[in-house]
Amino acid sequence: MTAEKFVESTGFKVVCMPNPERNISGAYIGDLLSWVMGRAESDNVWITIMSNSNIVAVATLADVGCILLAEGVTLDSEVVALAAEKGVNILSTDVSCYDAAIEVSKVI
Amino acid sequence: MSEKLVFRFDVSGNDFTSAGQASVQVKKNLRQLGFDNEIIRRVSIAMYEGEINMVIHAGGGVAEVHVCEEYIEIILDDHGPGIKDIEKAMQAGYSTASETIRSLGFGAGMGLPNMKKNSDEMKITSEVGVGTRIVMKINCKGTNE
Repeated sequence: MTAEKFVESTGFKVVCMPNPERNISGAYIGDLLSWVMGRAESDNVWITIMSNSNIVAVATLADVGCILLAEGVTLDSEVVALAAEKGVNILSTDVSCYDAAIEVSKVI
Repeated sequence: MSEKLVFRFDVSGNDFTSAGQASVQVKKNLRQLGFDNEIIRRVSIAMYEGEINMVIHAGGGVAEVHVCEEYIEIILDDHGPGIKDIEKAMQAGYSTASETIRSLGFGAGMGLPNMKKNSDEMKITSEVGVGTRIVMKINCKGTNE
């Protein structure tokens, strides 16, 4: 499923979507960056509450399909600009990581 | 690609916000060179962990990446405090990172284990008070399994 279609199906909010055609499959939940680097798989939805700029580099290098910020976490505008520049899709939701994962599993 | 390509990066030691720049650039270069996605992913992870370690622990350093058809070699050199007990540092979950570093999502004690997991060969040379050199080799043909 593409990132764009994923947003349509789930109703998650779009923080930035520089790469709408990006493939999305599976999910990984985590806030410790090394764990995410080591365990998340390509194309995963990465569900996290971490909001500093390092999430953009980790998402790029681990090759995840998008970042999904849970619990209503917001980003500084610099982080959003960096993600847009690096082609990293970021979505957000007010629900918990657990509830977000349930929503994800309903559509992929 | 008949000749070996060498990419060299100065990794700044005091800029957390741009940490990972060298790894992102290497990933981009390898994509352009047409390497397999799984190889690129392993190199990216191994190098990012090494880069972050240099920023967190060593005040920066130099990263060199040697690329040829058969393998990719990542060489990380720093003049930081050195690693007292390499065996202990290699243990998953062991970290000497500060609380501030941990609050940024680092310091999970998974850096060196991730580097080992994603490379086919890894060699650490370290002297306390002098610095650390890490050489990681990722073979492009075959796997590390």
